[in-house]
Amino acid sequence: MSKKKSEPGSLSLYVPEPECRPGDHPDFSEMLIPKAGEARKPPVDVDPMDIHDLAYSVIRVLNKKGEAVGPWAGELDDDALLEGLRHMMTLRAFDARMQMAQRQGKTSFYMQALGEEAVACAFRMAMKPGDMNFPTYRQQGLMIAGGYSIETMMNQIYSNELDPMKGRQLPVMYASQEFGYFTISGNLATQFIQAVGWAMGSAIKGDTKIAAGWIGEGSTAENDFHSALVFASTYKPPVILNVVNNQWAISTFQGIARGNAATFASRGLGFGIPSLRVDGNDYLAVYAVAKWACERARLNLGPTLIEFVTYRAGAHSTSDDPTGYRPKDESSTWPLGDPIERLKAHLILKGEWSEERHTQAKAQIESEILQAQKAAEKHGTLHNGPHAPAGSMFDDVYKEPPIHLIRQRQEAGL
Amino acid sequence: MARMTMIESIRSAMDVAMEKDPNVVVFGEDVGYFGGVFRCTQGLQKKFGSQRCFDAPISESGIIGAAVGMAVYGLRPCVEIQFADYVYPGYDQLASEASRIRYRSAGEFTVPMTVRMPTGGGIFGGQTHSQSPETLFAHVSGLKTVIPSNPYDAKGLLIASIEDDDPVMFLEPKRLYNGPFDGHHDRPVTPWKNHELGEVPEGYFTVPLGKAATRREGSDVTVLAYGTMVHVALAAAEETGVDAEIIDLRTILPLDLEAIEASVRKTGRCVIVVEATKTCGFSAELMAVVMEGCFHHLEAPVIRVTGWDTPYPHAHEWEYFPGPKRVGAALKKVMEHT
Repeated sequence: MSKKKSEPGSLSLYVPEPECRPGDHPDFSEMLIPKAGEARKPPVDVDPMDIHDLAYSVIRVLNKKGEAVGPWAGELDDDALLEGLRHMMTLRAFDARMQMAQRQGKTSFYMQALGEEAVACAFRMAMKPGDMNFPTYRQQGLMIAGGYSIETMMNQIYSNELDPMKGRQLPVMYASQEFGYFTISGNLATQFIQAVGWAMGSAIKGDTKIAAGWIGEGSTAENDFHSALVFASTYKPPVILNVVNNQWAISTFQGIARGNAATFASRGLGFGIPSLRVDGNDYLAVYAVAKWACERARLNLGPTLIEFVTYRAGAHSTSDDPTGYRPKDESSTWPLGDPIERLKAHLILKGEWSEERHTQAKAQIESEILQAQKAAEKHGTLHNGPHAPAGSMFDDVYKEPPIHLIRQRQEAGL
Repeated sequence: MARMTMIESIRSAMDVAMEKDPNVVVFGEDVGYFGGVFRCTQGLQKKFGSQRCFDAPISESGIIGAAVGMAVYGLRPCVEIQFADYVYPGYDQLASEASRIRYRSAGEFTVPMTVRMPTGGGIFGGQTHSQSPETLFAHVSGLKTVIPSNPYDAKGLLIASIEDDDPVMFLEPKRLYNGPFDGHHDRPVTPWKNHELGEVPEGYFTVPLGKAATRREGSDVTVLAYGTMVHVALAAAEETGVDAEIIDLRTILPLDLEAIEASVRKTGRCVIVVEATKTCGFSAELMAVVMEGCFHHLEAPVIRVTGWDTPYPHAHEWEYFPGPKRVGAALKKVMEHT
């Protein structure tokens, strides 16, 4: 790491570099990892000034042995934990099938949530019907944990004749009003301020619904992140501002978006927004913090910023190869482990789960995903069709087509 | 009927819309307590409360981005950008977001939002208070762009914009706020109270988006204009004696293709008058529309009169501004072709 020298006449630019590159031994020894159970749990109406420490710590519930410890533990019963495990396993199996489908040429593109399944899956369980997420492209766990149809997700990925988006969007850019999933934009960060605006709308109308905005750590550098924090701090709407820090923005390590200063959670402190940092691979911790933030929002106490510390174990997308910029074995040495393995170990420790049941469940889930895939493929894939009628590409530009689009559609013969 | 300036009619439009629909909210820089730097929102906060009319931080991306979210929620935000020249930080939210949300979600989510902004020159505003960026909106599929030329239209079009289920860019020619400016900057200002289009109903009415208006019927040449240039063109026609048919487009997107084509086919000549810069400007689109739809009816090359392709200057405002002298010269020139 190059450091600026403090000698006159020798100015140099400081360009942050990650600890390791391909060929190096992965090293997370510099990473601050407090013990599970160590972080305190303040009341939801706490003065944000009094919890600055939580923006620099990591709230963790599951310890190395798999026990749930500390003040953030005890929020979920065993059935809820088993359901959570199933959601994460479903998401992982779904991602694997769709990744493979892309490799088989059935669609153009795919993005997995591998390694960070707990973040969206657990968060979703703290929300209620009518609430709205403004996700990034890596929160498909919100859909799966929310009970959205896997087959319909596949229809979208294949842009087939049953694609609810009518073949207009890249794969994974789902949208559902009913399931509280705002239409995904490929432009990063734009949804963050929109989430704040949606929550302002709910507050203006005296409604009870809340919103969650989602952003990756890399795109916190976009201006929309900052305008979202300004508007959230000014109007205190019922919004949760989620930063998913999965360490890598394509090939760019997190230090480029924040320098080697502070944490992403601490970005909220200057705005007077309660800001927490949480172990994103700990299903119980994610849920507990999400519930805390949702409660604040519902009580009209205003916004909360959460940084989920996790790791993007897969490539950025099917167009990316991470071996070009980070050590191959970096993901296996990630000190916060794997979210599925950790929840599984916890449930086994409690006597609620076993290796055998896990293997059975995995096989059953994979079989369900395969069935859904077969059903979806009956309605077409990207290159083999069928798709929505081509003429439908002229629909929905406006509510009613203006004369120039009517003429162009005639010209296109569609 | 009341006599209104364009500021008063725009204010009246928001007042009427807010009264009619509790989902209409108004916000922007200085628009709350103070009522806006041009006073367009004066009194709205007092009447409707600070939940429905309030000040926003100086963040155009924030104002437009938040309005997108509110519109998705189900409100009908009508936000103000203090000057059109300041809209660029919010442009991503317009070009990438508001315009495409209906399309990309196949109608699952929509953005019934209106973005108001003062546009154009003539007030010695220099390069940061004089621009005419309408082309940047008209070029984006999914946005509608409205530019009224008088108090009556401003009110009717603004109510129609707020009630529209798609995002509408509403550009208010600031030089017209207080009177129908014809480009003769050295003459006394004419107030709207002496103009028939300064007569505006106090209650609810709409002017439909996408419909042009014929301001002057004529047989020699069609003039296509909008905003301030409508009045400049009217003055030029009077001063040159050319029997021009002056079409006030009112909405540039959707564009009233049929009105344009009918008039140019009738007159066989066309002069396009646009205040914005020339290259790739909306004047070029109008030229293309005339060529595609009316080529065989033309008796002379189409002429454009526009702002020069420079940043908007301060001291040389009147050498830059396409005034009645330049428009008059174009009218005479287009008539020379036989």
